[in-house]
Amino acid sequence: MTSLRATPRESGMVSVVDVSGRITLGEGSALMRKMIRGLLEEGRTKILLNLGDVDYIDSSGIGELVSGYTAVKGRGGELKLLNLNRRVRDLLQLTRLYTVFDVHSDETTAVSSFR
Amino acid sequence: MTPETKHLEVTLGTQLESVGLAEEMCLRVAEAAGFGEDDCYRIGMSVREGVINAFHYGNCERPGKKIHLAVDLTPEKLVIHVRDEGSGFNLAAVPNPLAEENLLSTSGRGIFLMRSFMDEFNVVASSTGGAELIMSKRLPGRAAVSSNGEKAARRRES
Repeated sequence: MTSLRATPRESGMVSVVDVSGRITLGEGSALMRKMIRGLLEEGRTKILLNLGDVDYIDSSGIGELVSGYTAVKGRGGELKLLNLNRRVRDLLQLTRLYTVFDVHSDETTAVSSFR
Repeated sequence: MTPETKHLEVTLGTQLESVGLAEEMCLRVAEAAGFGEDDCYRIGMSVREGVINAFHYGNCERPGKKIHLAVDLTPEKLVIHVRDEGSGFNLAAVPNPLAEENLLSTSGRGIFLMRSFMDEFNVVASSTGGAELIMSKRLPGRAAVSSNGEKAARRRES
């Protein structure tokens, strides 16, 4: 089981977070929360989560993504998703969250889509 | 239980590690039973969600309580039982996570995922008062039983 890694980098005004591993109950979810809250505290409110190397998300992980989305939105910002693998995409479609998140498959397009 | 049924039972502590342990154990049974990669993923996810439910909602994360996991492998299907030592819950009262007003809820999707990923899912009150989640998935090559009770299941031609 791969533990979660989340590495932020800047692309203009957008914080791109490269995430890899599993976003699941416990450490994975906690790390995601800490990462997003940390960026918000630094005033970074345009966040793009690159989930290309995330191979597994459970209901707690989904909850953490939603929590991050609402926290960022509450600060007047935007949280978007990039590079979902088939299972993560299917999970978001199944839970109807695909209609909530702005999902991209190309980083340049994703970055330029922030207002 | 018929003689052809293989039964496996384990008692887990109410701790985070039990979630991964239960998932891993059931994945091994599912793989050995011949389920493909996608079905193994669905079974593993369902077990994970069932044990999270027992850990968090059933046993309220109290270390003194136990989570009881049982796996039955019959000639027709894989049946998984997850029983907690909580006070039980009413399945009908669980909010629909797909409803517009619940879409941005940060919890409440576990039951929905188990229902979606398994062929059968139910919650019953256990004899000790807790909730027992029972879920099953037909073995590869076994079709659904028709509504008139006639068994339509048959082995896939290899």
